[in-house]
Amino acid sequence: MTQPPDPLPADPLLPVRLRDGAVSIEGRPVLRHVDLTVGAGDFVALMGANGSGKSTLVRALTGLRPLTAGRLELFGTTLDEFGSWERVGYVPQRTGAGSGVPASVWEVVASGRLTRRRLLRPLGREDRAAIADALEVVGLADRAKEGVSSLSGGQQQRVLIARALAGQPELFFLDEPTAGVDLPNQHALAESLRQLRERGATIVLVAHELGPLAPLVDRAVVMRDGRVAYDGPPLADHEVHHPDFGEAHSHHHTAHEHRSRHDHVPSVSAPLTAHDRNDHRDDHRGGRR
Amino acid sequence: MTPADLFALPFMQRALIAAVFVGLAAPAIGTYLVQRRLALMGDGIGHVAVTGVAIGLVTSTSPTWTAVVVAVLGATLIELIRERGHTNGDVALALFFYGGLAGGVLITGLGGESASTLQTFLFGSILTITVPDVLVTMVLAAVVSVLCLGLAPQLFAVSHDQEFARVAGLNVRAYNLLVAVLAALSVTVAMRTVGLLLVSALLVVPVATAQQVTRSFRTTLVAAMGLGVLASLGGLVIAALASFRANVAPGATIVLLSLAVFVLTWPLGVWLRHRQRARVPFDDEVPADHEHAHDEDDHAHGEDCGHPAVPHGDHVDYVHDGHRHAPHGGHYDEH
Repeated sequence: MTQPPDPLPADPLLPVRLRDGAVSIEGRPVLRHVDLTVGAGDFVALMGANGSGKSTLVRALTGLRPLTAGRLELFGTTLDEFGSWERVGYVPQRTGAGSGVPASVWEVVASGRLTRRRLLRPLGREDRAAIADALEVVGLADRAKEGVSSLSGGQQQRVLIARALAGQPELFFLDEPTAGVDLPNQHALAESLRQLRERGATIVLVAHELGPLAPLVDRAVVMRDGRVAYDGPPLADHEVHHPDFGEAHSHHHTAHEHRSRHDHVPSVSAPLTAHDRNDHRDDHRGGRR
Repeated sequence: MTPADLFALPFMQRALIAAVFVGLAAPAIGTYLVQRRLALMGDGIGHVAVTGVAIGLVTSTSPTWTAVVVAVLGATLIELIRERGHTNGDVALALFFYGGLAGGVLITGLGGESASTLQTFLFGSILTITVPDVLVTMVLAAVVSVLCLGLAPQLFAVSHDQEFARVAGLNVRAYNLLVAVLAALSVTVAMRTVGLLLVSALLVVPVATAQQVTRSFRTTLVAAMGLGVLASLGGLVIAALASFRANVAPGATIVLLSLAVFVLTWPLGVWLRHRQRARVPFDDEVPADHEHAHDEDDHAHGEDCGHPAVPHGDHVDYVHDGHRHAPHGGHYDEH
């Protein structure tokens, strides 16, 4: 091993272990000194204000955003050597427009099965069963043949969850699954995630507000200005947005408090928005609320 | 000479074979280009290939092969610039458009070749295709079609959602490059049929036509390939039959025929999309207060009542003269 000396031995049972992680985007630090360990079967909510780095963190954990410092292990293997991507399911933020060519719900969900399929092999019986099961869990089995673009936003989000589910992963990363989703669909989503949890899946999700997901979460990690500000038992939504956790544009306290809390912290969120599309989405959302 | 005699001529049979293969391969890769919103990539590659053809003419080697080499290099460069640039790659495409065309014209002139030789590649000359060229066309077109169909699950996933594909462990860059290279191959394959300046039409128009009526990716892919064969074969036959009376260019006929099919299908697509949009479930929350709908008549909404039924949360709204009526007890609420 050419890795630097490591005080803790790798633990293959730990789905996620990030130590002293840092991420810079175009030279600007976004995450600093982030430590995060997720145990098997945990249901962790990454929370925090807009621009606090919660989406960047989940993207770093999936390898989409390279770490500039620190060490990330998935199931006891460093990210560079990690190859068991069938154990990981990723649910990205729902992209507004579909792709240029129509795709049916079934086809999108079936693409989640790729992690377990070999090249140039047709779908086996097991694959089809997993796809059907995934559609069942998110409650869209009867819409399988329809075009994705004919579904509502909340239903499209459930399709993306089913796609991750089709690969039968043990560890799920969900980036803002409830953003822009109406309440009935949020309940449907919570029900799907509850079933996943009962099956023993490990779930890490980014959320601005938990809403109907709150009863499922057994640990909250609150980000503030690129660092972990809180890591412990779940908090109610209003506690997350407590000034101590750095809701940068909270409406609940005065401008005076706001300034006294934040003047020592350089604002990393605003300049970044011009540079990185993926990490500024939640800033937009904040503006709409 | 009768039409039957015409189709018995060897050059006509070579042209028919080439048309079938080109008609299959071009829309196959075109489907992935359209899915990634790179519909104009075929044009960019086509223009770059002009330089390749010119190099082949000037050096007296096979223009087909030099075009293949230059087009593949150009497509790879376009893809790498697109990947690095964080843009849609349209500026990179524009640079290649003009650079490729200007380079081709310049090199042809320097080599003392006449512009009319270059023109057979710019606008196609399927009736002068030689036996070796038919063989190259068949092999390359078969490679493109087989890879597009065989790797469909991977190529679909990468084109549909790159980030998901990356987390699924797919080598996204390799697949992107593969799409670019296959696009370059199909451009050079279609070069003799419709010409480099019209090649993109054969990549894109059948796909645009197919997706007017389809709602799954696989049907779109297969239908586009069918429409491609229909257009290239049909265009060639029309041009051949018309040649008794007038000078008709097969390349232009093929493109115009595929456009005509698109124009015929488009109203159907507009109607289907309108119908589909009307049925997208309402995403807003169900109002808590109950506002009774006007009860002008005793009309009972139901499956065949003539009012569009649209899912809304846990129930169905009936769209009624711009209102949304939701069943509630024995009456309807406004939603």
